[in-house]
Amino acid sequence: MQPGIVRRWVVMLTTALCVVACSERPQDPFYESGIIYCSESNPVNFNPQLDTSGTTADATSHQVYGRLLDFAADSGRIVPSLASSWKVSADGLTYTFQLRKGVSFHTTDYFTPSRPFNADDVLFSINRWRLPTHPYHGVSGGRYPYFESLGLAENIAAVNRVNGYRIEIILNRRDSSFLANLATDFSIILSAEYAQHLQNMGTPERIDHYPIGTGPYKFNSYRKDHFIRYQRHDEHWQNQPSAARLIYDITPKSSLRLAKLITGECDAIAFPAQTELDIIRERENLLLAEKPGLNIGFWAFNTQRPPFDNPDVRRALAFAIDKNTLLEAVYFGSASRAKTLLPAASWAYQGDADDTAYNPVLARKLLDDAGIEPGFTMTIWAMPVERAYNPNAAKMAELIQRYLADVGIRATIVSYDWTTFRRHLREGLHDSVLIGWSADNGDPDNFYRPLLSCGAIPSGTNRAMWCNEDYDELLNEALQTEDIVRRKAIYQQVNRLLYERLPLVPLAHAYRYRAYRDELDGMLINPYGGVRFGGVTKAL
Amino acid sequence: MINVLTRYLTLFVLTLLVLAALSFSLAYLFPGDVLTNLTGLTPQNDMQREALARQYKLDQPYVVQFYHYLGQLLSGNWGHSFISGLPLREEIGIAMPATIELATYAMLIALIVGVPVGYYAGMRSYTPIDHTINSVSLFSYSFPVFWLALLFILVFSLELGIAPLSGRVSLLFDIPDATGFILLDILLAEDIDKGLALSDALHHMALPTLAIAIITTAAMIRMTRRSVIDVLGRPYITAARSRGLSRWQIFSRHIVRNALLPILPLMAIQITTLITNAMIVETLFSWPGIGNWLIQAIYQRDYPALRVGMLAVSTLVITLTILVDLFNRLIDPSREKYERATV
Repeated sequence: MQPGIVRRWVVMLTTALCVVACSERPQDPFYESGIIYCSESNPVNFNPQLDTSGTTADATSHQVYGRLLDFAADSGRIVPSLASSWKVSADGLTYTFQLRKGVSFHTTDYFTPSRPFNADDVLFSINRWRLPTHPYHGVSGGRYPYFESLGLAENIAAVNRVNGYRIEIILNRRDSSFLANLATDFSIILSAEYAQHLQNMGTPERIDHYPIGTGPYKFNSYRKDHFIRYQRHDEHWQNQPSAARLIYDITPKSSLRLAKLITGECDAIAFPAQTELDIIRERENLLLAEKPGLNIGFWAFNTQRPPFDNPDVRRALAFAIDKNTLLEAVYFGSASRAKTLLPAASWAYQGDADDTAYNPVLARKLLDDAGIEPGFTMTIWAMPVERAYNPNAAKMAELIQRYLADVGIRATIVSYDWTTFRRHLREGLHDSVLIGWSADNGDPDNFYRPLLSCGAIPSGTNRAMWCNEDYDELLNEALQTEDIVRRKAIYQQVNRLLYERLPLVPLAHAYRYRAYRDELDGMLINPYGGVRFGGVTKAL
Repeated sequence: MINVLTRYLTLFVLTLLVLAALSFSLAYLFPGDVLTNLTGLTPQNDMQREALARQYKLDQPYVVQFYHYLGQLLSGNWGHSFISGLPLREEIGIAMPATIELATYAMLIALIVGVPVGYYAGMRSYTPIDHTINSVSLFSYSFPVFWLALLFILVFSLELGIAPLSGRVSLLFDIPDATGFILLDILLAEDIDKGLALSDALHHMALPTLAIAIITTAAMIRMTRRSVIDVLGRPYITAARSRGLSRWQIFSRHIVRNALLPILPLMAIQITTLITNAMIVETLFSWPGIGNWLIQAIYQRDYPALRVGMLAVSTLVITLTILVDLFNRLIDPSREKYERATV
């Protein structure tokens, strides 16, 4: 055999392989033309009116759609958007909006608009969720959870078209949060002309899957579990410099999202895990943005089982644990200490609420008074899954177990697979449980009612199995009034009641994070809403 | 010849029948509703349920049901995925080519590298260079593919940053699924910079292909070397030597072809390993192939998808194995009946 041939072979092969593998990653200007965002999950549809999940809002609200008003990303103030100005009447019941002229809807391969945005589109968008008789109300299920949870439809008496670019909304009662509600991710403006077109075609449900809006990006294609493609809307009214393409790479595993961020396959990622935050902070080309989460992690006692039906026993247990240590050990500092059920991001947050402090001596004394002998045994149920509000319940349970041992209580940790775990919880087989809650919106009722009201016991969200008539009455009273100050006062009474009764120990409100590469320019983190890519560009 | 073909065809059809029966019985063995497992649809009311049950002949004896099931399979009605609601044929039609593509490139590399190196080692048997090649190939043959792929990701993607770790091509390229083979799809796509897209796709392909290819290459080297050493010991080589033929003449005239014959059936066995390895590597590199797809189906308890996915993968493996075997028979009719047992 001629060794020359072999040698030539080896050289040829190595060259061929190297052309593929050894060269640097491509740096062609083409890669600057689009932004890839690794999102955590599939959107339910492409209309945030229909869904309160953050995933849907992130994917659509600020990309595809516009709203009458917006929150300024830096100050959180309400600023004009599709409404160029507004006026509130002296009695606070009539809101008049002057609409922006020359705002164009998306032109796509499935729809070509013939006219710019005007009053008809606002009427259509609001009346769709407001009026059960509206032809589009029942399309895609007919549920509008955000507006329903706030009772907005009942409070709006009329939406009138004054002229082509002016509308007025008349309320039944004053509502100081009305403008803020129009600026949330959910109050998007749809195209009335597109809706009419779809109705003529006999396919009205396409409005929520093939969206047409006025946002900086227009919909291109979507493949479940894989990607969403958007293209720049070149006639966007704000005329900001945005990347030509925006792609959502749907990557449910947070470790994979981080890996892709490091390799540059994603330019921005949603929700890195708490344990991964240091890796992001260590890397110079990665930036981390923090966002207070609307969630609460807590330790609930089964108040229908003695001795946990005794508030003093519950208070004793609360005094036995050191919340700050738990926060450090489980959340790695990526959560704030919870005093009440509400996180600081909620308008009804009470900064000076009472909180239990670590005091094992007092705990032991209270236990003695309640007749709990040293050596008493109880169970701590630790949920088997990782959630933002509690990334490691098992570890937390072990820490609590040691704190309880200090006050003479022997705790055993219980865990099942997630389905069985929840079923047994509903049946009330636990003594205490480490679990939590992520709210759909920032309204306080969304925390208090599902977590501790009597009605929530059968629906399985009241893990403390706690039923208190005073509590339920206060919650109902708070909903009767639109006056924010009154409502706040009522929720302070609720907090007081909860502190005295302590059916559960609030532990932590976890932050939620977004991370992105420094190649992105113009990335603003909006603390009170979904991610925004309008005005974001990329420079390698 | 016709006899051989008929025999293989019968074998093929019978094996597929057994597999189809297995897949059909899965609908009953999986937890949950048989009708849902079979169709992927969840009937909303009793009327729909009855209509569906009648359509799938669930009120008839098992044999009739199975016969009907076969008809459905052949007509391309494979049911729907639980999770995505899409027709399974469409989903598998996208996922399967991705796996075949990955396995094909890995096989090509294994052939292009493994066979020549094997010949070389065989020709130089029991010299230091042969020992080196032999131990390196043994070493790489014993890598678990899972570990190797993770190592590649760690070194080449995360540390050195020279290759991406997920997918087939950057999502910035909008490439429609025409054939399911990414390189072909790029060539068929419009409005994109094809050169750039091809280079991007090759970058994406490099690590997963190498991870699979290294193990198959090692196997190829070892098989070829063994075969060459066997041939070298044959009397006709001694005869050729005594006639004064040069090393190169002996190699090209007597060894190349004779050593290749015993390797081919062994390659058939390698195909199964190759596809299994490809499926494992896919999940690590988020390669949108059938392995990744099946894992997702397992996670999400998508029983209709598992039922059809199992059938699709085994059909692929059986078809390839039988084809290679048939090919062996065609080029080497001297082989006797007992060797058919390798199928």
